Amino acid sequence: MTPKSANVGIVIVSHSPLVAEGAADMVRQMVGDCVPLAWSGGNAEGGLGTHAAGILAAIERAWSDAGVAIFVDLGGAETNSEMAIEMLGEPRSRRVIICDAPLVEGAVMAAAEASGGAALARVVATAEELSP
Amino acid sequence: MVAHAALIGGLIEACREVIAANADHLSELDRAIGDGDHGTNMRRGLEAVYAERNRLAELTLPKALEEIGLILVMSVGGAAGPLYGTLLIETGRQLAGSNGQIEFARALELAITAVARRGRASPGDKTLLDVLYPVHAEVVRRAGLAHICEEAERAASLTFGMRAMRGRAAFLGDRSVGHVDPGAKSCALLTAAICRFLEEHCPA
Repeated sequence: MTPKSANVGIVIVSHSPLVAEGAADMVRQMVGDCVPLAWSGGNAEGGLGTHAAGILAAIERAWSDAGVAIFVDLGGAETNSEMAIEMLGEPRSRRVIICDAPLVEGAVMAAAEASGGAALARVVATAEELSP
Repeated sequence: MVAHAALIGGLIEACREVIAANADHLSELDRAIGDGDHGTNMRRGLEAVYAERNRLAELTLPKALEEIGLILVMSVGGAAGPLYGTLLIETGRQLAGSNGQIEFARALELAITAVARRGRASPGDKTLLDVLYPVHAEVVRRAGLAHICEEAERAASLTFGMRAMRGRAAFLGDRSVGHVDPGAKSCALLTAAICRFLEEHCPA
């Protein structure tokens, strides 16, 4: 197993491809390649929005046996992420968690935690401490 | 009475038509209290379903509903994709389970509960649920198709006075009052299209 897949993966979901990619860039700057990372932004046509198929593909790209933490911006991003997790199917779906945390700050802090080898629950808790 | 395949194909066509004809209006409603893409999202979804109508028409009703729900989830996006998708997938699964012994009204009830759970919404939150619950109540009391159709449209218009509690519209607080909810509207349009089609092709 490569070191990369041993750490919890991070997925960023935004209505905007630019926001999603930009947040991912910030995560990458923080932790380099030692955390599996992927993003999904925009609808199926590339406009603003979210779509379950794109999120599912991002989860696959960032997949780690240690689990995946997802960061979302607004309403549909969360609903579509839930749908994508269901489509991922058991047992892997049990190792994916949508974090109740700000997108950028949450993803960066979670990635920093994940890069140290923390377990999924710890990674999620660290990010969620940001939410009042 | 039309054959089963023609029934499914016809319903798909009726739904696609009503959304295509009203897509601009739905987006306009959404621009007032949301992000303005409900019409285009729904049109994309119904076009995706329509493109597969021949394959879908060959399936049993429960299977067709489930497949249509999956197509909507994959194509609509927004919150509407998962919500409409859950409604159809769950209705299909409930009808398929229990060896077809379940009543349609009960299957619909369980599916609506799944939609509410998915959207974390309750009655009166200004969502498509505010059409689904009244429509279900009419189905339970075995109301005629014309009446169900009327009730759906009436229920959607009642969202005008509601304050949005879920979705982007909730950010507007009191300013969301005075606009019909686009999800409720599309739900009423689809319900009406289905009722009208059934009335014409499968009179009770």
